[in-house]
Parts: sequence; C-alpha cells; structure tokens
Amino acid sequence: MIAFLFFLVFLLVYMVFAVYAERKLSAFIQDRLGPTEIGPYGMFQTLADLVKLLQKEDIVPVKADKWVFLAAPAVIFTAIFAGFAVMPLTPTLQGSGAVVGVFYLLTIVSIDIVGLLAAGWSSNNKYSLLGAMRSVAQIVSYEIPVGLSVLCVVVLCQTLDLQEICYQQGIYIRTLPVYSESTNYLFGIKRLGIDMTEVGGFLTWNVIRMPLFFIVYIIFFIATLAEANRAPFDIPEAESELVGGFHTEYSGFRWALLFLAEYGMMLLVSFLGAVLFFGGWNTLFPNIGPVRLADWTSGMPGTIYGNITGAFWIILKAFIGVFIQMWVRWTYPRLRVDQLMHLCWKVLTPLSLLLLFISALWKLL
Amino acid sequence: MNIAFYCFAALTVLSALVVLWTRQLLYSAFALLFTLLGMSGLYVLAGADYVAIVQIMIYVGGVLVLLIFGIMLTNRPGTGHAPISGRINQFTGILAAGGLFVLFFIVFLKANLPFPALKSSPHSSVTPIGIGLMTDYLLPFEIAGILLMVALMGAAYIAGRKRL
Repeated sequence: MIAFLFFLVFLLVYMVFAVYAERKLSAFIQDRLGPTEIGPYGMFQTLADLVKLLQKEDIVPVKADKWVFLAAPAVIFTAIFAGFAVMPLTPTLQGSGAVVGVFYLLTIVSIDIVGLLAAGWSSNNKYSLLGAMRSVAQIVSYEIPVGLSVLCVVVLCQTLDLQEICYQQGIYIRTLPVYSESTNYLFGIKRLGIDMTEVGGFLTWNVIRMPLFFIVYIIFFIATLAEANRAPFDIPEAESELVGGFHTEYSGFRWALLFLAEYGMMLLVSFLGAVLFFGGWNTLFPNIGPVRLADWTSGMPGTIYGNITGAFWIILKAFIGVFIQMWVRWTYPRLRVDQLMHLCWKVLTPLSLLLLFISALWKLL
Repeated sequence: MNIAFYCFAALTVLSALVVLWTRQLLYSAFALLFTLLGMSGLYVLAGADYVAIVQIMIYVGGVLVLLIFGIMLTNRPGTGHAPISGRINQFTGILAAGGLFVLFFIVFLKANLPFPALKSSPHSSVTPIGIGLMTDYLLPFEIAGILLMVALMGAAYIAGRKRL
C-alpha cells in the first residue's frame, strides 16, 4: 500500500519536473533558452501548463465513439501504472513480491496496446487510426528484443523476482535466506576465484558480473525506447505527418493522462533497466579494504538508513535513464517505418538471440 | 480473499455478457479484454500465477490485438461504422449453448469441486512448471516448439514479397 501511494504521488511530481527538464534540455541542445518566465528559471512553467490543461474543456468529437473514447486513456495509464507494482524501491519496500515479477511487468504493460487501439479507433479520425496502427505494429515488434534481453538477465540470475535480482547484485546478497550460501565472483566466473561478495558496489552489478550485458543493455534501451513511442521511434506521433498520432483528438485532462502514461512508461523502463543491469537499489561505491564505501553508502535492509539509501540509488539510476532517453530524443532524427522494422527484425532480434545463447553458456563457466 | 474472488468473478461474467449481447463487434472485442483480465485474476486466486500471466500475454497481448486489428481492417470505408454482427443461426446457437451449459453444469455438480477454490499457496508454480517441461513433458514441449516455428516460417513466407 505504501509503495502504491508512493509511486502514484511520485509519478505525478516526476512528470511535472520531467516535462520541465525535457524542455530545458531540448532548449540547451538546440541553443535556445526554454521556459524562463514563470518562477525562477521558468521552473513553474509545467505547473501553469497543468492548471491550464485541467481547466480546458474535455472535448469529445461528435462522430467519435463516446464511451470507448473516454475510457481509452484510463486503460493506457492503468496498464503502465500496474507495471510499477512489482518494482522494488528499497530492499524491503515493493508493491507486490510476486515471484513472476518481471514476466508480469512485461505482460501487463502490453495491455497498453489495446488502449492505444481503442483511442485511435474511437477518435474516428484517420490520423488517429494510422497513428494507433503504427504504434501497435511497433510495440508488438519491439516486445521481442525487450523480452529476449530481459531473458538474458533472467538466465543469469535464475529468478523472475526483481527484488531477488536486486539482492544478487550487492553486498547484502547473503541477508536473503535463499542466497545465504552464494558468492559473487568477479565477472561471474568461479574459476577466477576472486570473491567479490564483500566488495559490492558497481563490481557486483549485472553489467560486470557478465560484461556482455552492456551490449544487452543497449539492445534493451533501444527496444524500450520504441516501446515507449519516444523519438527516434516516434512515428506513431510523427507531428509532421500525422498531426499528433493516436491522441490527435484528445484535449484537456485526458490528454494530460496520455502524456502522464508516456512519461510513466519512460520512468518504468528506466527503473527496469536499473534493476536488471545496474544493481537496482545497490550503491555505486565498492568496499576497498578498510574504506567501507559500500557499507557507508547503503544501510542494512530493513533499517531506515537502508530504505533511504536504497530509494536514493534506484531513483538516481532511473533518472539517469530518463535523462539519456531525452538526450537521444533531441539528438537523433526519426526512423522510417521500413528502417524501424529492419532494425528490430534483422539487427536487434538476431543479436539478442546470440547474446541469450552466450549468457546461458556464461552461467556454466 | 472472498471479496477479491467475487469481484473478479463479477468482472468476468458481466463483461462476458457484454461480449454476448452487444452487436458492435469492436465493443465485444474490448469487453473481451475485461473477461480475460478477470479470468487471470481468478487464476491468481487459485494459486496458478504463471498461468495467469500467460493468459494475459497470449490472449490479451496476442489474440485480442490480432482480433481488433482484423475488425478494424475490415471496417468498410465510407460508412465509417464498425461491422455489426448479424442474427443468423439463432435457433442452433441457442440449442448448442444450452446443451453445453447443461453438460458443464452436470459435470461440475458431479466433480464436487471446492467452491470457491481459494487455496493460494505462498510457493510459486513457475519452478515446478519449468522442471516439468524440461523432464516429464520434454517431447510435447519440443513438438509444440517445432510446430510454432513452422507456423512462423509459413506466415513469413505468405506475407513475404512474391517474385513473379
């Protein structure tokens, strides 16, 4: 319950500042100033925009299918928000400790497709329908590289539970009863015989436990960018061709909800990337001999200090992921539909299959 | 626990009724989403977490999306209206449905099932299913895999560019 309320409030606050950050960042990249008028450095610009949006009339087009049109944004947002249920925030705080964790997450997020189709179809607008169809084709295709790259991690960690995956990547691995006997070796290779269990820090993150995971992360990052319909994979919205994609006809509050879902998806996949590859709530700093940096910067699971540091690290990692997504958006041009499918089916999918095979072999080393 | 069961059961039944009674094919498809979600909720309560997720993944993520796509693509241009289901074979339909209902009703009465089946265990069903697939049910698993791959290759061939 705490996790539920936390994520709901967190998502709203995050969205306000993420939109501001995105505008400032895009302004910086394009050598502009961005919002400057409201508040210091234009900080309250998004709040003002939000107030404006909430005041606007909630327009339903006359020829639109009213009930489906009204319900679609709620379906989209609910699907994305449901994904946060299994996300571990601190060593002890997690909405649901479901064993099927990451599998559930990937599945529940795909309900969003039905919402997109409903939104596009019920608008009774050809641009909306085209946008929805592009969007669905893209999301369905890119689910395969996402699934395979997540599977690489699952093969190495041998669990679907995101909380267990987090525990495996840090100094507190032995506090979990299941892993009380396990040891973390450097690069995950037992034969090297270098025990890293007490060292922790970034040296026990999955990207170091299996160095090729960095390539897997790049695949994961590209594919989740497409799942979130973000540029350079934003052909579903492609302003210059489709006006606004599947949400052309939405206004006011419902448009804000769709926007919230998009930013929520960005945050969700950044959280997931942080948990799967970059140690989740584990600290960055390793223990070096008597300098116990890892112990100092992450408290024992269950203590207040442990909760604070855990939340701090995972949110920091997720925000860095969101930052890179924004950076990519304002740097790269949009892909064409055929390039998009080429990248998915002929580059990312074979590469992730190969990496899955290597990850399975790595476990045997 | 009981409240959750009745909520999911009500969701399943009510949305299934919408699927039956609406004549707009797209409404049926969207209502089917809630039927399938309610079903997977019931699976979770019965302790079958893996089956619940697979239910959503295959039926919502795959079958339902394909269904909606199919209906949208057959949308007649110009009229702007989604296809509406006709009223054909009403008599045989009622007969078949009624017969099936009686059959299932008798079977369930005789099967003496615990109702509602609420015995969720803390242990997940993922590990036993995985071990089962790799040991006792390896052959069916492999055959299903080959069948799916053949289907995939066939689909790619049919959809691919034809050289005339």
